Amino acid sequence: MRRCAIPAALSIAVASGAFPVAASEIGDPLRGAELFAEECSACHRIGPGATDATGPRLNGIFGRRAGSLAGFNYSRAMLRMGNDGLRWTLPTLDAYIENPKALVSGTRMAYRGLADAQARGDLMAYLRAYSDRPQDIPEAEPTARASAPVLPGWILALQGDPGFGEYLSAECTTCHQRDGSDQGIPSIAGWPEQDFVVAMHAYRQKLRPHPVMQMMAGRLSEEEIAALAAYFATLE
Amino acid sequence: MILTRRELIAGSAAATGLLYAPAVLGQGKPKVVVIGGGAGGGTAARYLAKDSQGALDVTLVEADPVYTTCFFSNLHIGGLRDFDSLRHGYDKMAAGGVTVVNDRATAVDREARTVTLAGGQVLAYDRLVLSPGIDFVEDSVPGWSLDAAEIMPHAYKAGPQTELLKRMIQAMPQGGTFAMVAPPNPYRCPPGPYERASMVAHLLKQTNPTAKIIILDAKEKFSKQALFEEGWGKYYDGMIEWINPEFGGADVAVRPDSMEVVVEGVAQKVDCCNVIPAQTAGRIAAIAGLTDESGWAPVHPDSMKSRIDGNAWVLGDSSAQGDMPKSAFSANSQAKVAAMAIRAELTGSRLFPAKYSNTCWSLLAPEDGVKLGASYEPNDDRIASVESFISDTGEDAALRRRTYEESLGWYAGITADIFG
Ligand SMILES: Cc1cc2nc3c(=O)[nH]c(=O)nc-3n(C[C@H](O)[C@H](O)[C@H](O)COP(=O)(O)OP(=O)(O)OC[C@H]3O[C@@H](n4cnc5c(N)ncnc54)[C@H](O)[C@@H]3O)c2cc1C
Repeated sequence: MRRCAIPAALSIAVASGAFPVAASEIGDPLRGAELFAEECSACHRIGPGATDATGPRLNGIFGRRAGSLAGFNYSRAMLRMGNDGLRWTLPTLDAYIENPKALVSGTRMAYRGLADAQARGDLMAYLRAYSDRPQDIPEAEPTARASAPVLPGWILALQGDPGFGEYLSAECTTCHQRDGSDQGIPSIAGWPEQDFVVAMHAYRQKLRPHPVMQMMAGRLSEEEIAALAAYFATLE
Repeated sequence: MILTRRELIAGSAAATGLLYAPAVLGQGKPKVVVIGGGAGGGTAARYLAKDSQGALDVTLVEADPVYTTCFFSNLHIGGLRDFDSLRHGYDKMAAGGVTVVNDRATAVDREARTVTLAGGQVLAYDRLVLSPGIDFVEDSVPGWSLDAAEIMPHAYKAGPQTELLKRMIQAMPQGGTFAMVAPPNPYRCPPGPYERASMVAHLLKQTNPTAKIIILDAKEKFSKQALFEEGWGKYYDGMIEWINPEFGGADVAVRPDSMEVVVEGVAQKVDCCNVIPAQTAGRIAAIAGLTDESGWAPVHPDSMKSRIDGNAWVLGDSSAQGDMPKSAFSANSQAKVAAMAIRAELTGSRLFPAKYSNTCWSLLAPEDGVKLGASYEPNDDRIASVESFISDTGEDAALRRRTYEESLGWYAGITADIFG
């Protein structure tokens, strides 16, 4: 079993229930600018006249539909999430920066993720200055800051029962093929357990868009999610 | 409650434990016979064999050597999918440990626990699974009978009927009329007739744009109605007319010899007529005595086990289970619960709580897909809907294309799940 020590901050990814908070609570934009230079600028440009590079330009990121910049060559996974309705808001972008593959499994962004919640807040405080209507931020959508109830550590530490997971997986394999083929519906075989758990909770909390998945995840218990994660991780 | 003779027999057997004794005690492996290798039966057979890892002897009896999916057959009519892509053989199933017998079951003796096949073979079972789909109710559309299906096809069991209907649509004269007699509830695939109307319209729009489609319907409303009506207005404006009971949709007869439909006594000549009659459980379910006065087979919601016989299971369209629509997705979902329950009885494997789900995608026009779905759980008397969703009207093209692509993924997924 791979799941053992879980960074506490991972739990922030599964935020729910947006309500406005004061601007200062998002983070420190000056510190964010430094972080941008260190963590993001190798691939992303931002600011007046910014163009796409390895990654898309980040002007106006807040409120934008994922995968929607004309002319940028997105991964299929990112296009799919955008078409499903993923928009970049504080909670969704926060989840993405924390663990890109947990939110958009097949993303091309080769970034390990930023575990420190405060650092992500600082970074987003910087990014928001380049969105169209910064005056709306953070008091209103799309950048309203979600309250982030901490997903208790026990949920992430649950040891899934792969036998139970195999039974439950029959619900998934009507659409997601066990052999990992990927035609119109993403593969979930061989997915790292932790990413699986975070993703399911993100659907449960309706952070990830998609009505079928929100419904399916919505009725899975914590144990069931852990069991499924344990089972699918074993599939090649 | 009045018990039938069969119920009495099943009941007394239960009391003595005779029929219910774990078959593992006997010699040889416990035997499961599955009748019908479609969405429900195919899934059940495959999961029983796969998950029991050789502990069960699983035989699948299927009349057709190749299964043609009803699902996506409307897309074939619309010209968006070739016929061969709907066809699935049973060779992988056999490789997965299922004994496939290509024959028709003609009788079930539930006391002796045997199934008799048209070819004369008699198969013994410990547990029986029936998933024979639907049959049509005789005389539900006055003037129509199964013999008339060569002139007025139903195309509601996919195969030669699908091809026939498509040829007839293509042979319609310019500006001609296509009539559909839609079925009353309950029937397989609630959005099916309306998806079909969309696909017929798409086909005609290209070669016969002045043609008309009329849908004669005994129902006041239908599945995904707002979505279909929006789509029809957008893509096929003025082409499709839905005639509900208020305008005579419930008073319909047909005259196959003169190619006429008769609405409230007034005959109208049409150029192609698709009669989708009222439906009932696949005949073998009634022959086996597993149906009730509704014509469908009542089952326990937590296992899909027959309420009439504790050794029999009925899946998919034939079953009366509660809120789930009759769909391939539902049949597949039910089959997995049934397979688990049967394994638990015969091999003592773990029994988990039943969960069911369904999603039905429909295509309004090329790349414009919509969906609706729900999750279900057993309660005391039926399988009950827990949560549901449906596409919105006015969704943008990207989301609709995505929904269509997803339906392609579902088709690939479920056919692999059923047939291996
Ligand atoms: C036009 C149309 C579109 C549809 N679209 C969808 C869709 O998009 N999504 C969806 O989920 N569902 C769809 N459906 C519904 C779906 O096809 C059925 O609900 C599903 O096939 C039911 O599964 P089943 O196992 O009950 O029966 P079936 O799949 O019909 O299987 C029954 C099998 O039993 C065999 N059989 C019957 N009697 C005997 C016997 N005595 N001996 C041996 N073999 C026997 C038959 O040959 C058949 O192969 C559609 C249906 C139609 C008509």
